[in-house]
Amino acid sequence: MMTTANKTTLSHLDWLEAEAIHILREVAGQCSNPVLLFSGGKDSLCILRLAEKAFRPGRFPFPLMHIDTGHNYKEVIEFRDQRAAELGERLIVRSVEDSMKRGTVVLKSEDESRNKHQSVTLLEAIEEFGFDCCIGGARRDEEKARAKERIMSFRDEFGQWDPKNQRPELWNLYNARSHKGENIRAFPISNWTEMDVWQYIERENLGLPSIYFAHQRDVVMRAGSIVPVNVPLASGEVINQPKAGEEIINMEVRFRTVGDITCTAPVISDADTISKIVLETATTTITERGATRLDDQTSDASMEQRKKEGYF
Amino acid sequence: MTIQHNDSLLRFMTCGSVDDGKSTLIGRLLFDTKSILADTLTQMDRTSKKRGLEVVDLSLLTDGLQAEREQGITIDVAYRYFSTGTRKYIIADAPGHEQYTRNMVTAASTANLAIILIDARKGVLTQTRRHSFLAHLVGIPHIVVAINKMDLVDFDQSTFEKIKADYLSFAEQIGLQRAGRDIQVVPLSALTGDMLVDRGDAMDWYKGPTMLELLESAPAAHSEQNEPFRFPVQFVCRPHASDDKDLHDFRGFMGRVESGKIAVGDAVTVLPNGYTSKVKAIQLGDEQLESAITEQSVTLLLEDEIDTSRGDMIVKSDQAPEPVKQISGMVCWLSETPLSTARTYIIRHTTRESKAKVGAIEYKVDVNTLEQLEAQGLAMNDIAKINFKLAQPLMVDSYSKNRATGAFIVIDESTNNTVGAGMII
Repeated sequence: MMTTANKTTLSHLDWLEAEAIHILREVAGQCSNPVLLFSGGKDSLCILRLAEKAFRPGRFPFPLMHIDTGHNYKEVIEFRDQRAAELGERLIVRSVEDSMKRGTVVLKSEDESRNKHQSVTLLEAIEEFGFDCCIGGARRDEEKARAKERIMSFRDEFGQWDPKNQRPELWNLYNARSHKGENIRAFPISNWTEMDVWQYIERENLGLPSIYFAHQRDVVMRAGSIVPVNVPLASGEVINQPKAGEEIINMEVRFRTVGDITCTAPVISDADTISKIVLETATTTITERGATRLDDQTSDASMEQRKKEGYF
Repeated sequence: MTIQHNDSLLRFMTCGSVDDGKSTLIGRLLFDTKSILADTLTQMDRTSKKRGLEVVDLSLLTDGLQAEREQGITIDVAYRYFSTGTRKYIIADAPGHEQYTRNMVTAASTANLAIILIDARKGVLTQTRRHSFLAHLVGIPHIVVAINKMDLVDFDQSTFEKIKADYLSFAEQIGLQRAGRDIQVVPLSALTGDMLVDRGDAMDWYKGPTMLELLESAPAAHSEQNEPFRFPVQFVCRPHASDDKDLHDFRGFMGRVESGKIAVGDAVTVLPNGYTSKVKAIQLGDEQLESAITEQSVTLLLEDEIDTSRGDMIVKSDQAPEPVKQISGMVCWLSETPLSTARTYIIRHTTRESKAKVGAIEYKVDVNTLEQLEAQGLAMNDIAKINFKLAQPLMVDSYSKNRATGAFIVIDESTNNTVGAGMII
């Protein structure tokens, strides 16, 4: 172990870290069967580091779980498995494809994005394991429906978020109580911005899936967004074929956020190290979701709508 | 270009209604510190045009949920973020209307500074008094009175001076100065931006700091007072089943330093049982610390094997509070279901819970006149002085001395809702 000199004040990252550790420990102290949602993305990787700081040398008082749409970048899935193995923590994977087989998820068409259907699979997994709290990496700066989200957010038996029926949250006295069947979503990095996340990754020297760094990729331009095409999945299947008439361009890009392939777009960038990404984040003119989420551009209230239906 | 890592963080709240230009003030603060990105601005521009406006309406930035947009009002606390390069800010944006007292109290609970907006055309109003009283009640140490819409009174100095004098005499009445609150008064126009981030040239007569300068220089939470050490135990780490034999006797008490500081070797007492020991080690992840300060989340190891669990509190032996089974506090009722004196509630204080019965409602405060009224019950947004009898002892400090260990919430066991917010007297 290393010994650190005495602190007299906390930097903003120290403060955010201390707050997040406190929230994770409150979940562990108040809930009987929590789970940490872990996708392999940058926000959930920060939460894993925070959980190490919160609970080591003990084991995490919760398993990790990923709701896999089956349409995730294989680099991210490989990283997810590797990270869980390094930590020696239990990883549960539940897939939207299984919900499709069960008939609980029905796609309108074969190429409809499975992203919003994650909610169904998540609720099924919550019921299967009897989880009373899901820890997630959502941040209030991401989207305006998130700006009013509680740190401990209450969901009813149908997983629904009712913005008018949330518990007031005062001081750091969190109320994570729930009755059987109800559920709390806990967001330890609510108060972090995209910049804070990157600065923390840099400070803690966290590893990330390679697609967060600048790389060459085949894309097409579709309705003003950069859309990756011919993406190979871990299964060997290739998805996102270009549409007729679309011109494939090989471009240097990176992902600011990773999620379902069908709804996550990369940005043009040559930032191939974390410090370059931090600099780029400091000078960007486009919000994280605005630049990269193909699913939030449909209407002013699309995130709010999805959250009401049980989405994270 | 270098990115600063050592900047501190300030949490503040804004009090005012839509009419005072609160949303415009926040929008302007974010816009002038370049915290609004291009795509958000484009969207605001589009919406402004749709509503027939010629310039971008900065208040749209704080527009929240669908229901709020439809009704054109704010109904809940929203949190916003910006950074200046030297400091990160978290704004708690609370609606200012009387029926939202509970939201103001919620926003105030985590704030170290409050901006109280006054419309320069209207001066000190009932709502100004309400906002100041609540900021005072919840113990916010720094108050910035922003006299806004100076552009609509021709940036007139005497108007500003008069409102400032009015406010300070009112503040005297409710005891803000006596309680040691730091009060600053600044003239500004959120619409034009004068004295917010830039000084502008319309109010050369004002020599004081701009709004942003006040925010940049206000001390961050907890850096001001010398509070006693309080460490509520959140979780106990006992990895006795670990493969690592060295860990079989490991017993780590995990929590956050709510106030004060602690160093290796300090004599401590674990309450409510009163066991004493010394701090053997302080850990944060794989770092060994020699000491820990307020708001740090750490793991404490003690010299002696002491049976300790969540809800206990570790304190310095020479600063130990007396565990109590009766408390008296100012309570803001948060629930649509009124308080029932016949029922048993749960009080959560730090990491500890106790069943509680209402002993007596001493009086209720009219938040507009600050009069003390007799009360039989409490409805949502009411504030009252209440005595509780507790089933379990709590280790409390008075709220005016220690915000962390003087605060509690009231929980309704049947719904699990948080129904009250209390501050111990």
